[in-house]
Parts: sequence; C-alpha cells; structure tokens
Amino acid sequence: MTRSLCHALAAFVFAAFVLAGFAAPSLAVRPDEMLSDPALEARAEAISRDIRCVVCQSESIEESDADIAHELRVIVREQLKAGASDDQVRAYLVARYGDFVLLKPPFKAKTALIWTGPFLLLLGAGLGIYLYYRRAKRVEAAPLSAAEQARLETFLKTHDDHPEAGRKAGDAS
Amino acid sequence: MRRLLFVLPLIVLAALTAIFVLGLNPNRDPHEIDSPLIGKPVASFTAPALADGQPGIADSDFLTGAYKGQVVAINFFASWCVPCRAEHPLLKKLSAEAGIPVLGLAWKDKKEALQGFLGELGNPYDRVGTDENGRIGIVGFGITGVPETFIIDKQGIIRDRIPGPLSDDLIETQLLPLIKDLQK
Repeated sequence: MTRSLCHALAAFVFAAFVLAGFAAPSLAVRPDEMLSDPALEARAEAISRDIRCVVCQSESIEESDADIAHELRVIVREQLKAGASDDQVRAYLVARYGDFVLLKPPFKAKTALIWTGPFLLLLGAGLGIYLYYRRAKRVEAAPLSAAEQARLETFLKTHDDHPEAGRKAGDAS
Repeated sequence: MRRLLFVLPLIVLAALTAIFVLGLNPNRDPHEIDSPLIGKPVASFTAPALADGQPGIADSDFLTGAYKGQVVAINFFASWCVPCRAEHPLLKKLSAEAGIPVLGLAWKDKKEALQGFLGELGNPYDRVGTDENGRIGIVGFGITGVPETFIIDKQGIIRDRIPGPLSDDLIETQLLPLIKDLQK
C-alpha cells in the first residue's frame, strides 16, 4: 500500500521533471496568450523583453511567471492588435507605471547620471592615473643641486670600502 | 593633492557602504515607485456592484455623482490577499478619523469569496465595486498588487498612492494631514 504510493509519487515527480524539461522554454509566455499573426507576436515579444515586471522588478514581463506580468503581456498584445505602434504600446505602459516599467530608462535629466556614470568614472580614473604618472616622472627627473653633487662626491671618495668592494675581495659572509 | 589621493578611496568606500546599508534597510519598500498617475484625473472605469441592487463604482461618481466635491479613498483589496486582512481594521479608522468615504475595489476576486471575506471581517467600505479581471486596477490605476490605496480629491484627481497595507503611523503622519489639506 505505502510502497505503491511511493512508486506513484516517484513516477509523478519523474513525469513532472520530464514535462518541465520539454515544456519549459526560458520564456513565461503561455500558449493561449500568443497571437496568431507571427509578425505581431514577434513585435509583442520584443516589446515585452524591455518591459519590467512591476512586482519581480529584475525580470522582464517576458520572463516572469507573475500574474501581473501575464496581464501586462496580454495588454501589450491587445494594444498591438488594436493597431498601436511599438512606441505607443510603451507609452501606454509608461503612462501607468512610469519610466520605471522600461528596463532601459530613457535618457533625460533625471537619468543622465545612470547613463553617463560609468563613463564619467572611467574618465575620472584615467585622469587620476595620468596625473599620478606625470607627477612621478617629474620627481624622477629633478637633477641634483650643486651642493648635493658635492656631498655625493665626498661620500664616494671617503667610502671606498662599500659592499661592492667587500664582495669582490672574496668575503664569505 | 597627494593627501587627497590617499583619502579618496576611503571616501568612495564610505559612499558605497552608505548606499548598501540604505539598500538593506528593512523598512525600504522597493514597490514604492512614484506613480505617474498622481496629479491626474481618475481614469474612466465602471466597476460592477458586489450584489444586485447595490450601487457599483464608476469614475463619474467623483465628478457628478454621489461623491461629487468630496475627498475619497479608494482601496484595492482581495479576499485572497493576506496583508489586506491585516489592513482591514485600519480602513474603518481611516474613514472615521478623516471623515471620508472609503470605497473598496475588489481586485481579481470572486463575488462569493468577497462576501465571505466581508462577512467575516466586517465591511468598512461605503461601496464595493468588483474588478474581476483586474483591468481597472492595472489600466486605470497602475497598481502592482493588492492592497493599494489612493486618495482622490474633490475634483476627482488622484493625490496619493499607498502601495501595500496601511499602518497606524502612515494614516496619522501622511494621510490625515493630506486629507485635511484637500478638504479645505
């Protein structure tokens, strides 16, 4: 009795995995949502890939299984069927959910930093590195003053037993 | 200049840490997105009543109908929504303390389930309309789920949107002052 139950359960789990393997494309679009016109459906999918699912936030509505993502996919398709252009469909959603609903926010004053930020950082870092090396080179190139040159010469004259000389003399240590 | 170069990484680290700590704040609600509908008139909609013989809710109610010249709250809810259950007693409080009607729009719910829900917890709503396929919520109000509450002013313009359940604190510090202001 329990064994047959176990088998039934195992079979069910196996079947579920097999079905999931076959039936789970990376997209969450349900077959009944899809439009019969392939060109229109392709446009709907392209738009949906750039529309953020408003509850899952990091997924597009094309990828999300959330109920509201399903509703938004259906709304995108209804709008296209009614003859709206891609931009009109996006504007329709933006009017309700704001720019947030677009995975690629439009370039405006408010979003300028998002778009230009990485380049500004790169520019800043490049400038920093350039200044650093230019400065380092300048320090290196500074010649000795006459007084320093004189000190160096007297030092070299009075210290002829410097380590180099010691090694040459065959000192074991 | 040189000292600044040494301090700079520390400043950057401090700034990043601040951003990350803010992001971890448990009170931060990532669903709180400014609605573009605030400041716009209520979209046109007609929500059928919960039971025969009762009035439903339509946008015309705000401009010419029963709620003409009144500040009202619209609360999207559902019997299957757990936070709505938690929020339920606060709707009565909002209605009583602000002196405004609270209208319920049942989002993606069945009439029988709703009747059970309101029978069990009480009915704080002046009227209940049904949004069975969820389109009024999505297309009309841009909701991301339930509960969500909207404050509508005397001219039928959306003035505030509260995604998620109300709280005592929110009613007292945010809604009551706003409603008082709108009622002037």
